[in-house]
Amino acid sequence: MDLFKDFEEFKMDVLKEVGNIGAGNAATALSRLLDKPIDMAVPKVQMLPFEAIAERVGGAEKIVLAVFFRVEGDTPGNLFFILSPEAAKKLLHRLAGIEVDSEDSFSEMEWSALSEIGNILAGSYISSLADFTSLSMTPTVPALALDMAGAILSYGLLQFGEMGDSAMLIDTTFIEGKHEVEGQFFLIPDPESFAKIFSALGVPMNYD
Amino acid sequence: MIDEQHIVKVSMADLNVIRGQGLIRTTGLGSCVGVTLFDPMLKVAGLAHVMLPSSEIAREGALNIAKYADTAVPELVRKLLALGAMQSRLVAKMAGGSQMFTFAGTGDSMRIGPRNVESCKTMLLQLGIPLLAEDTGGNYGRTIELDCETGILFIRSVQMGIKEL
Repeated sequence: MDLFKDFEEFKMDVLKEVGNIGAGNAATALSRLLDKPIDMAVPKVQMLPFEAIAERVGGAEKIVLAVFFRVEGDTPGNLFFILSPEAAKKLLHRLAGIEVDSEDSFSEMEWSALSEIGNILAGSYISSLADFTSLSMTPTVPALALDMAGAILSYGLLQFGEMGDSAMLIDTTFIEGKHEVEGQFFLIPDPESFAKIFSALGVPMNYD
Repeated sequence: MIDEQHIVKVSMADLNVIRGQGLIRTTGLGSCVGVTLFDPMLKVAGLAHVMLPSSEIAREGALNIAKYADTAVPELVRKLLALGAMQSRLVAKMAGGSQMFTFAGTGDSMRIGPRNVESCKTMLLQLGIPLLAEDTGGNYGRTIELDCETGILFIRSVQMGIKEL
């Protein structure tokens, strides 16, 4: 992974800003939907071994609800919006007044509501990045899964898999006021996308 | 599945072997495939957590041979033979290779699960190792563990509970 070996501190800061802008806008969208303030943690940007990525949400076997988007355009990549099943239920209740009938499974209506919420949040995440960088980025339709974190997240690592055993993760956590709803955005741009992101933001890339 | 046993853990894009008593396991298989090999006479077993079908697409400097089906399966055989296993006695079982997400107009990378499965089968065929059982495909994740004493493969998933092969 020569491309990322000498990522200086300052390039990591640029990627943090990318996470900040994307997740910041998504948090604002969520805050409007819920009519509640949403706090956001400082994005964590790190080159992480594959195993460590699932650890960020509680381990490879942890059951999570994930909305997955493939980002297409100038800078392709993978975007995940990840919630615990409990947080997803709370979010549904707050937002749509959907009563929780079962803790472990989701009805078709809940599923489609989550998909729509995911769509709105990912849309604001990606469109704010596209505006900021003047690059074209479009999320695909959302795909939902309730399953083991390792099984879900490995889908976002395939592009990096061809180059090495770690991936550059832009991880942003948001928290609703009293910590009742907590979720995470994982953005994993394809390895080729970094040069374009940096060049669009006027950061020189010399890696020869 | 008894706790407090000798457990060898295999992480993503990795492989390992176990001898004697105990379990060899890997967690959270999605599109990845867990291939297990077992020599019932000697009671040695191996497991590879394969992520991609072919090393031909690799663009990395130092190739991680445990990551690709076409390199991981032969390497696993080599490791077992080094422990005294006989290739003619080896039997295989595998699980994983699911398609977690489906989109309209899906690209090739979305079909990675089935391609991993195919590639593992091709390798087993080439090496003359019979595939005794498999639990592949679907759209869900799996955690698997092979009992090195019996050669039984336990598969756990959120939707299906525990399955034995």
